[in-house]
Amino acid sequence: MSETDLTKLPINTLLDRSDQMSSTAVAMHRLSLWLASPRPYLMMIGFGLFLGFWYLSVEVWKLPRFAEMPGLTTVVSEWLSKNPIYGLSIFVDEYYLHIWVSIRRIAIAFFLATAIGVPLGLFLGWSKRFKQFVFPVFELLRPIPPLAWVPLAIVMFHGSETPVIFLTFLASFYATALNTMLGVQSIDISYVRAASCLGAKRWQIFRHIIVPGALPFIFTGLQISVGVAWFSLVAGEMVSGQYGLGYVINTSYTMVRYPTIIIGMVTLGIVGYVTSAMVRVLGDYMMQWRTRELALGGER
Amino acid sequence: MNPTSASVAVSALPGGAIPAQAARTGKVRIIDAVKYYGAAGTGVLAVDHCTFEVPAGEITVVVGPSGCGKTTLLNAIAGFHSLSSGSIYLDDEMLCGPGKLKAEPGPDRIVVFQNGALFPWKTNIENITFGPMMQGRLTRAEAYEKARDMMADAGLRGIENNYPGEISSGVRRRVEIVRALMNDPKILLLDEPYRALDSLTKSVMHEALLEIFYKNRVTIFFITHDLEEAIFLGHRVVIMTTRPCRPKKILDIDIPHPRDYSVLTTKRFREFMDETAAAVHEEATKAFAAGEKER
Amino acid sequence: MNAIKGFVLKTISFVTGEDFWRGIVAIIVFLLFWETGSRSQSWFGVAFPWVSQVPAPTAVLQEMYRLIQDPSFWHSAYLSTLRVTEGFLAAMVIGIPLGLAMAVSKTFYGISFPVFEVLRPIPPLAWVPAAIIFWPTQELSIAFVTFLGAFFTIVINVIGGAQAIDVRYFQAARSMGSSTWDIFRRIILPGTLPSIVVGATVGIGITWAVVVAAEMISGGGSAGSVGGAAGGGLGFFIWNSYVGGSYTQIVAGMISIGMAGYLSSAILRKIGEWMTPWLAEG
Ligand SMILES: Nc1ncnc2c1ncn2[C@@H]1O[C@H](COP(=O)(O)OP(=O)(O)O)[C@@H](O)[C@H]1O
Ligand SMILES: [Mg+2]
Repeated sequence: MSETDLTKLPINTLLDRSDQMSSTAVAMHRLSLWLASPRPYLMMIGFGLFLGFWYLSVEVWKLPRFAEMPGLTTVVSEWLSKNPIYGLSIFVDEYYLHIWVSIRRIAIAFFLATAIGVPLGLFLGWSKRFKQFVFPVFELLRPIPPLAWVPLAIVMFHGSETPVIFLTFLASFYATALNTMLGVQSIDISYVRAASCLGAKRWQIFRHIIVPGALPFIFTGLQISVGVAWFSLVAGEMVSGQYGLGYVINTSYTMVRYPTIIIGMVTLGIVGYVTSAMVRVLGDYMMQWRTRELALGGER
Repeated sequence: MNPTSASVAVSALPGGAIPAQAARTGKVRIIDAVKYYGAAGTGVLAVDHCTFEVPAGEITVVVGPSGCGKTTLLNAIAGFHSLSSGSIYLDDEMLCGPGKLKAEPGPDRIVVFQNGALFPWKTNIENITFGPMMQGRLTRAEAYEKARDMMADAGLRGIENNYPGEISSGVRRRVEIVRALMNDPKILLLDEPYRALDSLTKSVMHEALLEIFYKNRVTIFFITHDLEEAIFLGHRVVIMTTRPCRPKKILDIDIPHPRDYSVLTTKRFREFMDETAAAVHEEATKAFAAGEKER
Repeated sequence: MNAIKGFVLKTISFVTGEDFWRGIVAIIVFLLFWETGSRSQSWFGVAFPWVSQVPAPTAVLQEMYRLIQDPSFWHSAYLSTLRVTEGFLAAMVIGIPLGLAMAVSKTFYGISFPVFEVLRPIPPLAWVPAAIIFWPTQELSIAFVTFLGAFFTIVINVIGGAQAIDVRYFQAARSMGSSTWDIFRRIILPGTLPSIVVGATVGIGITWAVVVAAEMISGGGSAGSVGGAAGGGLGFFIWNSYVGGSYTQIVAGMISIGMAGYLSSAILRKIGEWMTPWLAEG
C-alpha cells in the first residue's frame, strides 16, 4: 500500500480493518488463495517425481548402486508396521524413546546456549570495552568447528551424556551470541538518542531499546541455533551416544538394518523442522509489532 | 506575532497541560560554536564559529544545503555529542561550554529525528507515555490519561494501540511530536522532519505543526533545506553557508501569525523568497561542487 | 604505491589502537587461565573442573612444533583439504545453476523447492551411513556428505539473492531493449553474486565441520567403525589421537582445523571482494 493511499484514508477506518477479520477467516482466505494458485499442484508434481524416482530406481528398475538402498515401500511398510522386521516403527516404544532422548538433549543445550548467549551478545553489542576484551577470545575459538571438539569433550566431561550436550550447546551458543551482538549493533542510533532525550537512564535504555531492538536478530540467531544444534547433536550421537536418533542411524548401519537408517533420517527431518517452527512461532508472538507491520505491508 | 490568538488557544487546551511561562522559556544562545570531527589535520570541520540566538516562544528555522553541518549543530544542543569549542546556553543556563563540552541530553530539549524515531516495538500510546514513565514523573494511569487527551487533541484518536509501523509516515510524525510535547519541553528540535514526505502531505503537516505551536507556544528549532518551508514556518530564518556551517544571513519574517497556506501566495512571502533565494542557491551550488553528502 | 601506503597506515593505526591492545591482553589472560587450569593438579594439587583435563597451551605448542615436521600430519591435512575442495566445488557447480533456475522459473521453483525444503532439515551427517551404502568408495561418500553440507546453504543464498534484485533493473533493461539472455547475464548474475559470495563463505565453514565429523564417524566411533578402514584426514587424526591417548595431539589437531577453516573463509572473502568491487565502501 503506498503512502498517499494511507494518508487519504481516515485514520480509524484504515486501522480497524485488520482487527475486524478474525484469524480463522484470514486463515481460510489464505487457504483458498493458495488452492487457487498453481503452487499446491506443482508441489505434488515435485513430491511425485521425487518419490516415484526413489521407488522405480530402487525397487523396479534396480539401477546399479540404487539397488543397494532401502526402497520406498520397504521403508514405509517397516515404519508403519506393527511388527517391524528391524525393530523400529511408530508402534514401538523404543522409537519414541530415541526421539525423546534427542529432543531432551537439544532442549537442554538450546536452553543453556540461549541463557548464556543472549546476555553475552547483548553486552558485546552494548559495551565497547566489554567487546574489546571478550570478543577476541570468542573469535579465537569460533573457527574450530564444534564437531572437532568431540574427542576433547569426551576427555573433559565424564560419561557419554555431557559431551554430547556440550557439543550441541557449543554450536548453538556461537550462533546465538553472534547474532545477538549483530542485533544490538544494527539498532539505529536515533532510537537510543530519542530515549535519552526522553529522560531514560542507561539501564532503562538497555531494557526498553536495546533488548527489543535486537529481538529480530536474536530470533534469526535462535533459528540458526536450533538448526546447528541438530547438526552437532547427530554427529555427537553417532560418535558417542547411547540413545538418540543419530545413534539409531549409526547402529542401524553397523547392524545392517538399512530401512531403519532412512526411518531415522526422516524422523530427524520432521523433528528438526518442528523445533525450528516452534522457535519461529515464538518469535512471531514476541514481535507482534513486526508481524502486524508486515500484514499491513508496512513501509519500514 | 499574534498574542491574542495564542492565549485563546492555550486556554482551550485540556487539563492545563502547558506551563504558564511556556512562552518565555526555551531561548537558546549559540556562541562561537565549533565542531571538528576526527583527528586534527585529517578530520572534517562541520561547524565554524557559529553564533546566533533562538528566541523563546518562536520558531527559528535553519536552512542550509545537505551536509553543511545543521544536524551537527542540533546534536550539540541536544547533547548527543560535544562541541570542539564555544558554548550553548538554554535560558541562561549553560548546556555546554568551556570545561563541559558535551551537554547532557534531557527532556527539556526533545529531538524529532530526520527519519523518525518512534520505537517500532512499542504501540503509539506506549511511545507517547515513554518519557514521563521513564522519568518517573507520572504514574502509568496518569500518563495514559494525559496521552489520550493529547492524542485526541492532535486528531490522533483511535490509533493508541497500533504500532508505528501500521500508520502512515505523516501520522507517525504527529505521534512523534505529541511524544515530545508530553514532556513539556522548553524547546523542540526538529531535524528535517518532513523530508521524506510528498509535498501534499507536507503542507498538511506544516499547518498541523503551526496549530500545535499556537496551542503550546513551545520554542521550536527547525532544520530544513527547503527555503519555502523555512519562510512559511519561521519567525526567524537562519541561512547557513555550505560546510563548515556559519550563519550567512539572518532574517526576521514579519508575516503575521497565525499563518495558513494562503500566505504562500502573498506579495510579502514572494519578497522574502526573492531576497533569500540567491543566497541559498549560491551555497547549494558550492555544496554540490564540493560533492557534499550527508550521513 | 598508494595502496601500499594506505595499507601501512591502516596497519599502524590498528596496531597502536585501543582495540588491538585490549585484544592482546584478553588473549594473554585467556592463555594464562588455560595454562594454570591445565596444570592446576600438579601446581596446586587441586584439579580445576574441566580445564584440568585439557593439555596446557605450552605443551600443545611443543606438539604443534613437532607435528609441522611430521609428513603424516601434512598428509592428513592434505586429505581433508582435498575433500573440502571437492565437496565445496561440487556444491557450487550444482547449487548455483539450480538456485538460479529456481529463482528464474516459477514452475521449476514450485516443483522443486518443497522437496528441497523437506530434505534440508535432515542434518548432513545423518546421511553418512546412507552415503556409504550408496557410493562405491569411502572417499566418494565423504565427499558427498561434504557436498550436502555446503549445497543447501548455497542454493538458499542464490535463490534469496536473485529474488531480491530490484524489479526496476529488469524494467530499465527491457526498456533499453535487452534480450532475456542479456538480462540473465548482465543483471541476474551480477545481482546474485554478492549472495553467492555470502553463501560460499558460510558454506565452506560448514564443509570443514562436516568433513571433520564424517572422517571421525567413518574412521572411529564408539559404535564401531562405520565403513571399516580409516580414510585419514584431520578428523580421523584427532579421533586417532584420542584413541591413542595423546591429548596434546587432539588439541593441536583442533587448532589446525580451526586455522584451515579460517583461512579458506578468508580466501573466499577476498575472492568475493575482488569479484564484487561495486560493494566496496568509499
Ligand atoms: N560522526 C561523524 N564523523 C565524521 N564526519 C561527520 C560525522 N557526522 C557528520 N560528519 C560530516 O559533517 C558534515 C556535516 O554533517 P551534518 O551535520 O549531518 O549535515 P546536514 O545535517 O547539514 O546535512 C558532513 O560533511 C558529514 O559528512
Ligand atoms: Mg542532517
